[in-house]
Amino acid sequence: MTMLGHRVPMMASLLVWCVVWEIVGRLDLIFLLPPFSAVLAAAVDLVQTASWQSATITTLRAFFFGMALAIVAGIPLGILMGRSKIADDLLGMWVNIFSSAPLSAIVPVLMILFGFGEKTIVAAVFLFAIWIIVLDTRAGVRHISPSLIEMALSYGASRTALYTKIILWAALPEILAGIRLGLIRGVKGVVIGQLLVAIVGYGALFETFSRNFLMAEFWALTIILFGFALVVAELIERAEAKVEYYAGARQ
Amino acid sequence: MATIVRTESEAGGLAPFAGGHAARGWRDQPVMLRLLSVVLFAAIWEIAGRIPVSFAFPTFFDTMVAFFGLLADGSMAKAYLSTLQPLVLGVVLSAFLGVGLGTLCGLWRTGEWLLIPMFIVLQAAPVAAFIPMVTFIYGIGMTAKTLAVMILALPVIVLNTYKAVRNVNESLLVMCRSFLGTRWQTVAKIILPDASPVIFAGLRLGVAAGFVGVVLAELLITPTGIGDLITFHRSRADYAEMYATIGSIIALSTLTLVFLQWVEVRVFRPEKRGA
Amino acid sequence: MRASVVRNGPTSVIEPIDSIVKVRGISKAYGNVEALRGIDLDFPRGKLTSLLGPSGCGKTTLLKIIAGLIDADAGTVAVEGKTVTRPGPERAFVFQDFALMPWATVIRNVAFGLELRGTRKAEREDIARHYIAEVGLASFEDKYPHELSGGMRQRVGLARALSVKADVLLLDEPFSAVDEQNRRKFQEDLIRLRTNQNKTFIFVTHSIEEAVYISDRIVLLSPRPGRISQIIEPDIDRSGDPERIHRDKHYLDTVDEIWRGLKRYVE
Repeated sequence: MTMLGHRVPMMASLLVWCVVWEIVGRLDLIFLLPPFSAVLAAAVDLVQTASWQSATITTLRAFFFGMALAIVAGIPLGILMGRSKIADDLLGMWVNIFSSAPLSAIVPVLMILFGFGEKTIVAAVFLFAIWIIVLDTRAGVRHISPSLIEMALSYGASRTALYTKIILWAALPEILAGIRLGLIRGVKGVVIGQLLVAIVGYGALFETFSRNFLMAEFWALTIILFGFALVVAELIERAEAKVEYYAGARQ
Repeated sequence: MATIVRTESEAGGLAPFAGGHAARGWRDQPVMLRLLSVVLFAAIWEIAGRIPVSFAFPTFFDTMVAFFGLLADGSMAKAYLSTLQPLVLGVVLSAFLGVGLGTLCGLWRTGEWLLIPMFIVLQAAPVAAFIPMVTFIYGIGMTAKTLAVMILALPVIVLNTYKAVRNVNESLLVMCRSFLGTRWQTVAKIILPDASPVIFAGLRLGVAAGFVGVVLAELLITPTGIGDLITFHRSRADYAEMYATIGSIIALSTLTLVFLQWVEVRVFRPEKRGA
Repeated sequence: MRASVVRNGPTSVIEPIDSIVKVRGISKAYGNVEALRGIDLDFPRGKLTSLLGPSGCGKTTLLKIIAGLIDADAGTVAVEGKTVTRPGPERAFVFQDFALMPWATVIRNVAFGLELRGTRKAEREDIARHYIAEVGLASFEDKYPHELSGGMRQRVGLARALSVKADVLLLDEPFSAVDEQNRRKFQEDLIRLRTNQNKTFIFVTHSIEEAVYISDRIVLLSPRPGRISQIIEPDIDRSGDPERIHRDKHYLDTVDEIWRGLKRYVE
């Protein structure tokens, strides 16, 4: 997984696309697509406005709350399903259904249950992110070699020690992979939630920009969001690289 | 050296349906436990509805009654008729375009360099933000909704196809060359068949994403079809009808995915078909 | 080191060698590692020649150069007098890892070489059926590779190579991924098959016993850089019961002698 070594030159093609964007924007072919430089300028202005800053804080707060809940609930649930056959049989079906279901359809329900505010966004992030964390944790626990658990038991490990010292660590590579995918889904959850609620955080900004045809600002906000999603994914990937060595060595 | 592209398929998706490492199909699972699981889910829902946890939380029973009511008066059929058009169109277009682009990028270095980073970004980024934009350009009709489906479905299909084509079994390529296969024969008889399981997994993820896209489009762009049914019943506080509609689209998406899984095993995976 | 020809047992009249494959001055390096240096070798028609040596002696590289799957840095390979640089219809390859298509049945796998050549379906399936029976897999035509054992899978690989009717069969450690009992059986079958198929076999192996057991001619390669250290023609009568060969005195002596020669390359 020498991702960084190969990714950098490959990602360079994105610059080509930025240039294409700039040219298309300057030609003024589509009024919806201002030149890339104008979008960057708008982004610089945007981050200095109070409305963007408060929207960002709202968005980040909802995102981190939702993610924290999803991780705290998802990992134990995944471990439970990995260890107990009954729990797996009872819950497996639902976790699978929800992990691939169009959860955007549930957001309207969240809106009436939690109101048109931040709580709905937190719930949306939680709902989008948790299932993949559960699935990956379960897969990680299932992957643990039985002899490792037998080793711990034969050396007299207590139940707590077995879970905190062996199972959690042995399943860590998959758990982190699940968290990474969960984060990506969480970002989608926060955006979809805010777009649908439309009066909170970035959703409100998107609404304002699009209603007033502020295209440069609209794109600037989109790029900031994309950048945030990619940075989050990259950070967790680095953490994953640190445990990757024993993902292979474990077998 | 191929860049490693990670898509969700490798970890998530329909793990137990897909068999996963435990390699058991959904049919092998004890039917009783599955039924019990459904019954428990319904029971918990019923109890939660009866407490009630919220004024906007109907019981399971009421929701089922509402579901059959919507079926009986034809409003559900009408809604799906309109929802399925952009969905099917968008998914089919994404499938052809995505498999084509992915194969091209897998075989052609320049295409890979130009397109794959963009799709990696689109895959990781919340592309739903584009949906309001699509409305500006294409209005509120069928085109906009089809595009919304494609925006969500295309990246995962392209990336899975690309990954599958790039990681094709090297020894089969050498075998084909040693038996005098031409470039075209190598692609048609080795690369595509070898890649087809992963491509198909990508298509399944694409279909799932397409469902998200069509629901979003109908909630964000203009209320039609299922989105209209949800919005309409919410505005009238007919929560049972609203829940029934949402449940139906989740059920439909799940059934579609299970069906695709079944087709995949039948068509592409002789080694998974069982004895 | 000069190549030397050693003949075990009474040498009959030395006939002029009719060689179907001629290798001249082949060299190949991977970066700084010299895999092969200046290989000159003739492969007599209708015989089974083994390339034997410890790992790193370049035996598989040499085989793949003959197959036209790898380009040599220097030197030529000629088959029937014609220089070749890429795969051709007169050579067929049997792969160490079988290289069977998991999505295709046995019969389609076996007929694959003919399918690529555009042979009609009915015709190529007739041919495939014949060779499937020849390698002892009759009635397995419609099975998939995953339903077969390792030994059976390699029989499919062998049938595929036979059915393109190439004059030269190139086998790259074909039994290394096959379990011991199946390997013994397969080796016996190969001896039998060789007498009724009039083909030239070039066989890569790292097993001394295997090489001596089945070969008319053994080319010993020494590692780093890969060069020919010795050519041995074990004089073993393979006409009778193949079981008997394992107790044949010449067989045991040759194995012993090769081992003494190779020992110094083993760390």
